[in-house]
Amino acid sequence: MLKIQKLHKSYPIGDSSLHVLKGIDLSVEKGEMVAIMGSSGSGKSTLLNIIGMLDEADEGDYILDEVPIKNLTEKKAAVYRNKFLGFIFQSFNLINYKNALENVALPLYYQGLKRKKRQEKAKFHLEKVGLLDWATHLPSELSGGQKQRVAIARALASEPKLLLADEPTGALDTTTSYDIMAFLQQLNDEGKTILIVTHEEDIAAMCKRIVRLKDGVIMEDNVVQQVRAEAHV
Amino acid sequence: MFDIDLWREIFQSINKNRTRSLLSGFTVAFAILLFTILFGLANGLNNTFSEAFVDDAANAVIIRSGRTTKANKGLQAGRKIQFKNKDYDYIKSDFEPSIEFITSRIYRNASASYKNEKNDYSLRAVHPDHQYLEKTKVTQGRYINQLDMKARTRTIVIGDLVRQDLFLKEDPLGKYINLSGIPYQVVGVFKDDGGDDEERIIYMPLTTAQLIYGNNDYVDQINLTYNPKYNYDQAIDFSLDLEKKLKERFSVAKNDQRAIRVFNMAMQNKGINQMTSVLGILILIIGMGTLIAGIVGISNIMIFIVKERTKEIGIRKALGASPPAIISIILIESILITTIAGYLGLLVGVGVLEWVGPSLKSYFITNPSVSQSLVIAATFTLIAAGTLAGYVPAKKASKIKPIIALRDD
Repeated sequence: MLKIQKLHKSYPIGDSSLHVLKGIDLSVEKGEMVAIMGSSGSGKSTLLNIIGMLDEADEGDYILDEVPIKNLTEKKAAVYRNKFLGFIFQSFNLINYKNALENVALPLYYQGLKRKKRQEKAKFHLEKVGLLDWATHLPSELSGGQKQRVAIARALASEPKLLLADEPTGALDTTTSYDIMAFLQQLNDEGKTILIVTHEEDIAAMCKRIVRLKDGVIMEDNVVQQVRAEAHV
Repeated sequence: MFDIDLWREIFQSINKNRTRSLLSGFTVAFAILLFTILFGLANGLNNTFSEAFVDDAANAVIIRSGRTTKANKGLQAGRKIQFKNKDYDYIKSDFEPSIEFITSRIYRNASASYKNEKNDYSLRAVHPDHQYLEKTKVTQGRYINQLDMKARTRTIVIGDLVRQDLFLKEDPLGKYINLSGIPYQVVGVFKDDGGDDEERIIYMPLTTAQLIYGNNDYVDQINLTYNPKYNYDQAIDFSLDLEKKLKERFSVAKNDQRAIRVFNMAMQNKGINQMTSVLGILILIIGMGTLIAGIVGISNIMIFIVKERTKEIGIRKALGASPPAIISIILIESILITTIAGYLGLLVGVGVLEWVGPSLKSYFITNPSVSQSLVIAATFTLIAAGTLAGYVPAKKASKIKPIIALRDD
C-alpha cells in the first residue's frame, strides 16, 4: 500500500541546513492503523507531509499504491492528493465561510463531479459522521468535536486509499478525543488505512501499530494490542 | 469553457466576504468616479472655450466703426464713421487675394408674426457669403443668394428656433412672415452651433434692408475671413494693413482706437488653442494618474486578500486544487469586482455630471460629459486592470505551499 525507502529530507536554515529525516524505511499495508510518535522536532510532521505529497523528499523512494511519487508537477500532485489521500488536521482547517455540507463537497468539486452528485455524496459522508442535521451550519457554529467530524467526512468524501491525520485530537478535550478515535477505529474496522501522527501515548495506544521517531530516524516499530476507544467514552 | 461551479465558488467567496469585496470594489469605483468627473469637467471647460468661438470661422476678421476720439487732418474728434457699400467694395477688390469670404451686416430688431404666433427677433441683413463666415447650416430650403441681392427680394432665412416658435409643426418654406408690417417669404431654415441665441435670428438680403430701413447704402459692420492658407503672422500682417488703409481712407488718426476697429480672430485663437492643448495634456496626466492609483490600489488589496486567504488556498490545494484552479478563482474574482465596481463608479460619475452639469454653466463649464468611446475604453481598461491587478497575486497564490499555509500559528 505504502512503501518508503531511505527517505532523506533537510531544510535550509540560513547558510547551513537542518537534516530532519535521516533515512526512513517504512511500509504500511492496507487496513493498518499506524501511529507515528515522536517529540517535537523528531521529524514526524515532515514525514507526514511527504507522505501527504505536501512536501517532497530530497532522497529516497516513496511508492503509494504502486505509483512512484517522485518529481510530480503541481498539477499531478494535486490530482494524486485528491485521489489517494484524505487529510485530517489538528486545527480542522475547514473553510470558514462554507457550511458543513459545502466543506465536505469541496474535494469532490476538484474531482470534477457534477453538483448533484457532489451534494449526494457529501450528504452520505456527513450522515456517516452523524452530522447530517448540521449540514447547513457554518464551522463557527460547531463544537470542536463536530468540526473534526466534518473534517473527517471531508477527508472521506473523495474515498481515498489512505487517511492521514496530523494530531487529530490535539485541539480537543479527552472525551471528545476518544470519541473521534472511536470513530477512526470504526473506519479502520471497515478497512480504511489510517496514519496518525500524535505525541499522546493514549491516542497512539488506540492504533494497531506504533512507529517511534527520534532525531529523524525510526527508533521503534511495534505492533500493539489495540485499546478500543469506546470503552473510555 | 463556462464553468457554472467555478462561478458559484467565486460568487460565494464574494458574497461571504462582503466587507473585503466592498472595500476593494470601493477603491476601484472611487478611482473611476474621480476619473469620470475629472474628465467630464475638463471636457466641459473645453466645450466652453470652443463654443465661444465655434460660432464664427476661426479665420474671421471683424471690422466695426464708431466715433473718432482724436482730431485729425482738420477734422474734429467725435465724428461718426459710417461704412457704406463702397467700403465693402473697396475691401473686396483691394485686398482680393487675402480674402476668402466677405459680408456686410446690418443689425435690426423685428417683431415677427405668423398667423397667431408672434415674437421679437434680431434681424441681420447680410451678403450671401455670410453663410460661410458664420458657419450657418441650412437645414431646409436655401440661403440668401445673389439674385435676392440684385432684385432686393423680400425673402428671409429663419433660425430653427424661430421656425419652432412661429410655425410650430407647419412647413415654413414659401410661407410669409410679417416683419413689422411687411410680409417676407421664408426661403430657408438654418441651424447654428453657436447656441440658442444664434438660432433666434432672421437673415435677409443686405440690399433689401437698405431699401426698407432708410433707403441708403449704410452698413453697420463688415465681416470677412482671410485666406485660410495664411499662417498666423501673415494673418496678423493682413489685418494690420487693412486697419491702416481703412484709417487713411476715413482720415482717422493712426492711434485712434475707437473710430475703426479691426478684430482678428487669429490673435485670440492662438491663445485659446494653446490653452486648450495644455489643458488637454493636464487632464490626461491627472486622469491616467487617478486610474493608475486605482489599479495599484486594487492590486494592493488583492495581495492582501491572497495573504488573508493563504490558509484557505492551502486547504484547497491539499484537497486537490491544481494551480490553474487557484489562479482562475482569484483572477476572476478580481476581474469581476473591478469590472462591476468600475462600471458602477462610471455610472455614478456620469450621473453626477448630468446632475450638476447645468448648474456649472456660470463656472465656465459647459455640458460636462464623457464620450461613448471613452466609456468603452474605460471599461476595457478596467477589465485589463482587473486582470493585471489580480494576476500577480493569483500567481503568487498558486505557488503557496500547502504545508506553509496549513502550519498552525
